[in-house]
Amino acid sequence: MAAPENKRPTYYEELRQRGYSRRDFMKFCTMMAAYLGLEATGTAQIANTLLKTPRIPVIWLHFQECTCCSESFIRSSHPIVADILLDKLSLDYTETLMAASGHAAEAAKEKTMKDYYGEYVLCVEGSVPVDNDGVYCCIGGKSAIQVLEEAAAGAKAIIAWGSCACNGCVQAAYPNPTGATPIHKLVKGKPIIKVPGCPPIGEVMAGVLVHIITFGRLPELDKVGRPKAFYSKRVHDSCYRRPYYDAGLFVESFDDENAKKGYCLYKVGCKGPMTYNSCGIIKWNDGVSYPIQSGHGCIGCSEANFWDNGPLYRQMASFPGFGIESNADTVGMVAAGVTAAGIAAHAIATNVKKKKLVDDLVAEGKESEKELKS
Amino acid sequence: MKRKGHYLRRVFVWQLPVRVYHWLNALVIVALCATGYLIGSPPAIMSNAEASHRYLFGIIRFIHFVAAYIFFFNFIFRIYWGFVGNKYADWKNFVPTNKQYFQNMWEVLKLDIFMMKGKENRAIGHNALAGFTYFLTFIAFLIQCITGFGLYASMTDWWFADMFVWVSNAFGGDFALRNWHHAAMWFFILFAMVHVYLVFYHDYVEGRGEISSMGGGWKFIEEEVFEEEKA
Repeated sequence: MAAPENKRPTYYEELRQRGYSRRDFMKFCTMMAAYLGLEATGTAQIANTLLKTPRIPVIWLHFQECTCCSESFIRSSHPIVADILLDKLSLDYTETLMAASGHAAEAAKEKTMKDYYGEYVLCVEGSVPVDNDGVYCCIGGKSAIQVLEEAAAGAKAIIAWGSCACNGCVQAAYPNPTGATPIHKLVKGKPIIKVPGCPPIGEVMAGVLVHIITFGRLPELDKVGRPKAFYSKRVHDSCYRRPYYDAGLFVESFDDENAKKGYCLYKVGCKGPMTYNSCGIIKWNDGVSYPIQSGHGCIGCSEANFWDNGPLYRQMASFPGFGIESNADTVGMVAAGVTAAGIAAHAIATNVKKKKLVDDLVAEGKESEKELKS
Repeated sequence: MKRKGHYLRRVFVWQLPVRVYHWLNALVIVALCATGYLIGSPPAIMSNAEASHRYLFGIIRFIHFVAAYIFFFNFIFRIYWGFVGNKYADWKNFVPTNKQYFQNMWEVLKLDIFMMKGKENRAIGHNALAGFTYFLTFIAFLIQCITGFGLYASMTDWWFADMFVWVSNAFGGDFALRNWHHAAMWFFILFAMVHVYLVFYHDYVEGRGEISSMGGGWKFIEEEVFEEEKA
């Protein structure tokens, strides 16, 4: 990572100024190395980098979103995550957390974009409405798409925080009235990391940033563009209720005996088997719990179009064009019924229209039968 | 009309590999539909047994995956046999390559489906309409294999299944992929219903051994048809 000016304090120096001990710092590095799935020496690499590197400039833009990504981030289990990586200290511009406002804030953003052209990391939270020239989301007199294009031009890399920025989330669900569009469809030619989830897990967000700072490059991404370290396994694969799934023991309704026993939530709509995320391992709010542990199925918030693939509380999605109540099986069963009726009609018609043909065959057969000795 | 001196000639139509393919295919499709349906809509079981003593759903899924592998390689084998098998196994029976094929299809439609007056069915192997329908089933096989292995890819380390990791993304995630895979199952169920009915139908109105042909490989044709069709 290029250090533009030596006089800028490094991450470690800034931490010390804020009162963290070296021990806290090392704990943080160890934790991050573990989340990233690095080998033991990774801890030293992280510590070494944070010790020597001045912080990288970060611009954090908010468009169509609910700020749950930021909320998740500042609730990350280690305080340093919020303090050093996201807080005022580290961010050059973010509507939610910066002290400045109005023209001063916009000026700060402009300055960062100019001074660190090609070096800053652009974080985007929220989707961008493109219908009607983007009037549905305007900040500082500019439409979201303008703001995004300006900021993206000089970005070293773009991180799409949350499902809004990755796949449009709820506001992009049918009929998508504002034309909400995820970032990768609007910005071309820049490395984009998708960190989906509504919100993504705070530790995952921290991990992605720490990886970029430490290694100076993006973490390894999967085919969708998500960091493999956190999105290569399904929630289902790390679920502590998985043995009940394999045993065929399911919660039938939320207040039945099986629910009390903590059986698998698949039949009440858990989308864990189709959702790639680390909720089952890292969990939420300092590792306290995650939806399934609280007795509620995964709604698949980190998957594209999860909202349109409902209902949330059924394991089978509704079949497009046949109403909310019908899934593929209802449609299939009706089709089978129609087919059976068609077959029956055809069988009757055969016996009427082809009676002569069949009678001839039967007559011929009977004739031969009579001629044979018993 | 009495058919005096009505001679039938025996023709070897379905070679052993074709028959083995057919029945293996039938078996695994039944297994796949049954287990697939259960995976989509698991039965409600109230049990006091500990989860550690049960593996019911695991077994259902295991059967599904094993049957899927058999289904896939059986399908690949049938494609191969379409190039080396006899004239009734040839790939040209399934893919319309000329105008005559479509004309034959229309004849079958007229005679057997709409029950209009028309030429007698003289097809020895697949009739044109059946052949084309099997071509559609091959496309359904392909869709089912691709979507199925796409769903399976994240659960395995084998390179073969891992070749299908791109599928999920192409379909817009596992949600959509799973729905496609599930909906396509109904094509197989509807096909099986019509297929079995029509086999009985042909046996019933033609009396040429349609049903048993997939057992011994023999079909019977009128001596005069044989003379006319002789090369």
